[in-house]
Amino acid sequence: MTDSALSAVSTRPKSRLPAMWNRLRRNPVTFGALTVIVVLALVAILAPVIAPFDPDATDPAVALEGPSWRNLLGTDVYGRDQLSRLIFAARLDLIVPCCATMAALVVGALIGALSGYRGGWMDQLIMRMVEAVLAFPALVLAMGLTAALGNSIGNIILTLAITQVPIYIRLIRGEMLRVREMEYAEAARAVGNPPWRIVLVHLLPNCIPPLIVQATLAMGFALLTMAALSFLGLGIRPPDSEWGEMTAEGANHMVTGEWWLFVFPGLAVMITVLAFNLVGDGLRDFLDPRMRGVR
Amino acid sequence: MSLLELSDLTVHFATDAGPVEAVHKVNLWVGAGEIMGLVGESGSGKTVTAFSILRLIRPPGRIVRGSIRLEGCDLLALSEEEMRRVRGARISLIPQNPRTALNPVITVGGQIARLFELHRGLPARAAWERGVEALDQVGVPEAPRRMRQYAHQLSGGTCQRVMIAMALASSPQLLIADEPTTGLDVSIAARILDLLRELGSRTGAAIILITHDLGVVAETCHRVSVMHAGQLVESASVRTLFQQPMHPYTRALVRSIPRIDREVALEPIPGSVPSLLNASPGCRYVTRCLDRLDICRQILPPLELIDPDHRVACHAVEASRAAVA
Repeated sequence: MTDSALSAVSTRPKSRLPAMWNRLRRNPVTFGALTVIVVLALVAILAPVIAPFDPDATDPAVALEGPSWRNLLGTDVYGRDQLSRLIFAARLDLIVPCCATMAALVVGALIGALSGYRGGWMDQLIMRMVEAVLAFPALVLAMGLTAALGNSIGNIILTLAITQVPIYIRLIRGEMLRVREMEYAEAARAVGNPPWRIVLVHLLPNCIPPLIVQATLAMGFALLTMAALSFLGLGIRPPDSEWGEMTAEGANHMVTGEWWLFVFPGLAVMITVLAFNLVGDGLRDFLDPRMRGVR
Repeated sequence: MSLLELSDLTVHFATDAGPVEAVHKVNLWVGAGEIMGLVGESGSGKTVTAFSILRLIRPPGRIVRGSIRLEGCDLLALSEEEMRRVRGARISLIPQNPRTALNPVITVGGQIARLFELHRGLPARAAWERGVEALDQVGVPEAPRRMRQYAHQLSGGTCQRVMIAMALASSPQLLIADEPTTGLDVSIAARILDLLRELGSRTGAAIILITHDLGVVAETCHRVSVMHAGQLVESASVRTLFQQPMHPYTRALVRSIPRIDREVALEPIPGSVPSLLNASPGCRYVTRCLDRLDICRQILPPLELIDPDHRVACHAVEASRAAVA
């Protein structure tokens, strides 16, 4: 075989990317949802560039005005432009759940891996603790924690992470129970690898696909929990703004008819959560080898 | 002194219904540079015996009795940490199914080079180059490219060669090959066996070849040990075993080999491996044996030396020899 022919063959692993892209394109729902998330992320990053007004600039002259060409989504009590406020709020609304999910993922994966690989009394202990945490409804637990810890942004991230961690622990433990019986696990032991290396290098990477799906679904859930916390006054506080908190503020105007103040922040939460859930669902099908080539 | 010596090795698996004696008082030895075949039907304890040597038996399994001596040093007395330095370095394993024994998410190179880092303390780059050499030596074509590939991109035969290269990475004294040719077609299997034989004589490593294929044994091994239901029933040089099998089970096995040169009806062995749960104290072949005596049910026959290179554990064989004498 010539050199060029060789290199053509050896590029096979790389060529999976376009193939994945094509499969994604053929699933319009997932593709649409993913587009929404990418656009939202761009909006959050480019907020100062694309927001038409300073989100904190008050203007009593235009207070409580409905959607118009000047203020596309209307203005609030202080005459602040609602669209600009929503755009800037996207930053917190994406970063906080993202940090919480990442933290929960890493901690949950490590504890779950330990629990599943070691087994025995440690596994029992960890699983009972997980069950104890899962026994609380997530929102109630989150409310209790923020009430106890105080609602700084750091604490909200911590709270959201704590409500999620048990789910990852369970997930990874289950996966670990499966892969630790695999022949490659036996082979890794047979060549004298130390246990930590077997778990982290040989086994954990084989547990990742369900973890990605869970993390995407959990992103939506974390956002919803944060919005709910803020709505109840236990989450992000003014002057920081966040969609849940904006919805809560807008809800005060429900009876007086300024509908744009609660409808648009609520829509923002809904669309984002929906997008994450749809991407999570799509990924689940996507990463399941049995579903390959079905569509 | 032989390289590896198992004496009275007994392995139990705890179940809800009581302990299962998967391996019962097995005495086995392997000389340096020797290829020893370990044969028996499924469930006879071959793999459990092999895994015991590496101390890879995990709960609910447990080695309850016996010793495993590698050059006189009892492996069962080592700490887990010391044992880790034996695995892969002095004794290595070629697993049953090469395709699933390679980690699907790590490249071949990542797995093989790692061994040189682990056991030889080489830096990453040198380890990688040694990995390429190792693949070359076992006849993997285009070794540098294979190093960057994953298990699913290789054929079964190539996977098995990779496993053999990995097993040899640290020049072990003993190689345990657990049915190395099961998933391979006949021509590839033959080449893998040739490779094992050649590597054995070149590196001086002893090989325990686990198989249920007597044809493989006849072609490859110097000596054979036959296991049945967790017990070692006969051990002899290949020539002796095929020409004068003594134990009723071995004789039945030899008779069950299909012959192309003679018109003989195949004789299957009646019955199947008995349950090892609460096994009787006697010989476990007794329920299937045509030569059974009364004593067989009560007392396990010891492995008796009947020739310098031939040992049999059977009361009937003992009795007939006594009668002749």
